[in-house]
Amino acid sequence: MIELNGITRSFGDRQVLDDVTFSVAGGRMTGFVGGNGAGKTTTMRIILGVLAQGSGTVTLDGQPITAGDRSRFGYMPEERGLYPKMKVAEQLVYLGKLHGLSAAAAKSEVDGLLERLGLAEREGDTLESLSLGNQQRAQIAAALVHRPIALVLDEPFSGLDPMAVDVVLSVLRDYAAQGVPVLFSSHQLDIVERLCDDVTVIGGGRILASGSRESLRAQHSGREFEIELTGAAADAGWVRDQAGISLTHLDGGYARFEAENDAAAQAVLARAVTGSADGTQVLRFGKLTPSLAQIFKEVVK
Amino acid sequence: MTTQLQHTQTGQTHSRQLGAAQAAWLVAEREITTKLRSKAFLISTGVLLLLVLGTVLFGGISSKMGGFGGETKVAVVAETADHVNSEAFEVVKVADRAAAEQAVLSEQVDAAVVPGGDTPVGLTVLAADSPPMSLVQALSASPQVELLKPTTENPMLAYFIAIAFGIVFMMSAITFGTTIAQSVVEEKQTRIVEILLATVSARTILAGKILGNSILALGQVIAIAALTSVGMLATGQDLLLGELGTALIWFAILFAFGFVLLASLYAALASLVSRQEDVASAVSPVMWLVMIPYIAIIMFNTNVKVLAIMSYVPFSAPVGMPMRLYLGTAEWWEPVVSLGILVVAIAIVWWLGARIYERSILRTGAKVKLKDALAAKE
Repeated sequence: MIELNGITRSFGDRQVLDDVTFSVAGGRMTGFVGGNGAGKTTTMRIILGVLAQGSGTVTLDGQPITAGDRSRFGYMPEERGLYPKMKVAEQLVYLGKLHGLSAAAAKSEVDGLLERLGLAEREGDTLESLSLGNQQRAQIAAALVHRPIALVLDEPFSGLDPMAVDVVLSVLRDYAAQGVPVLFSSHQLDIVERLCDDVTVIGGGRILASGSRESLRAQHSGREFEIELTGAAADAGWVRDQAGISLTHLDGGYARFEAENDAAAQAVLARAVTGSADGTQVLRFGKLTPSLAQIFKEVVK
Repeated sequence: MTTQLQHTQTGQTHSRQLGAAQAAWLVAEREITTKLRSKAFLISTGVLLLLVLGTVLFGGISSKMGGFGGETKVAVVAETADHVNSEAFEVVKVADRAAAEQAVLSEQVDAAVVPGGDTPVGLTVLAADSPPMSLVQALSASPQVELLKPTTENPMLAYFIAIAFGIVFMMSAITFGTTIAQSVVEEKQTRIVEILLATVSARTILAGKILGNSILALGQVIAIAALTSVGMLATGQDLLLGELGTALIWFAILFAFGFVLLASLYAALASLVSRQEDVASAVSPVMWLVMIPYIAIIMFNTNVKVLAIMSYVPFSAPVGMPMRLYLGTAEWWEPVVSLGILVVAIAIVWWLGARIYERSILRTGAKVKLKDALAAKE
């Protein structure tokens, strides 16, 4: 588990991180979301030790993180970069060796990764001759080549087509399944929603929300409910007359509404079930859970 | 996805933090292999070595032939035969003055020597349009010359050797200095340096780059020195090689250290900019440091004082000290002292250079100001 505690950082007079505290649990995928300039990249650079923090601590499994730990991390920086004129396999082997692998181990690791990422037949090509999507795959391979003990990936999915996203997803899931902490940032909230176990939202250099996906949803689910009636004459118009209810959306048998309390919402359900003399039935009823995008918009506001 | 990652089968990691020396060597190795695979580099090095060999061979052969166009042919008549040294000139005997004139006009000989004339020598040189100066000198009555401080060096030769040291120093320093500068900016521009920094320190990367390019530069200089020696031996210039030997060895040693100094500067200055287009202007100050010794050695190759100063200034020592050793104006311990000064200079420049590099390598965008890079606060 990687834990950040009270991390601050300024560039000149501009404070970019303010008391950043969150953790990335082993075996879980943690999504790191925030707008442009929110402090994601700076935070990731500090975890990797590429940048020094102003104050605060980063620990790995409870111990202050060392250069030795960091050299075993897998890192994919926001700005993609590999040697443009070097052959793909060759530079991955070089990076593997820099991370302490023997030449033979690095070679076999690279072969396996390129195979899995669908780049095996391009291993002898220079990086600059690859398509952007394939360069991105090579970049991911660069983060994984040394069997990292933790992964920090800045926007790993940008520039990938949906199939490549799935390939990369499955590779990352394998890492998480082995107990490796995986932190990745993304602008694509739908991907984060689909993929991550935990979410940390950063805005203006502060952590705005952090926790498991479910707990965040529960925290941010408001008092909004929905009900859908079915039948020949289904009409949910009566919901607006219920006590403690304010209707937000009505479309024939479908209604979305905010309830002052759970009892008021239950009263709507009770009336829908009992008061249906004309054969109208309740198709569904429930509390609306916000999407990550909604939570994000809400907390960033 | 049926293929499993290898580590899921073995279930363990092998990665570890490398020692600084090991990591620096890996970086150096990449610098060297990348350069050695560059066709442009191989071709330019080949051309350079051929030029060096050609110059040495040409010098050797032409000195044996006694100058351009072979020996001067001189026609003599019976009375003048004793006056013309047959070792210095190719002597052709003719019957009389008429025959001699005929031989000169028909260009069978370059000149003819016949008796007569108003000078105390009592000889007349016949030539078509201009008399061979060597012949005129040989026949002239000259005062006796006594050298109080004889020197074996030919001033022309000293001049050429000065140029040779200067050119080799400048070309190798610029070639590999530019290489290291471009390599620094390539890593900064592509941001791969961020991945590298996550596993090895900035100083280690810098040390590796300097090490790799220094090995390449020294390799090139040693190849040039070796080729020069072989060429001299092959053309029978062993005497000159004997005089040059110590100078060549010290040139290689001082160049190796001097290049480390220049490479640190090249790398540090290059790390200030983020684009290849800006490299040239960023490294121009150090370019001057490379050019000045070259220009100075050509202008002052006979000026003992300037040479003495040059031989101790770290940037010009690789050129100045060997020149003095060749001229025999340096004591045996002087190159050792000069090397000591150079090592101290390297320590200072390395400290500054690493500081600049560390602080600039992640700052992309506009050129980082030197003042900011050196400032105490990060």
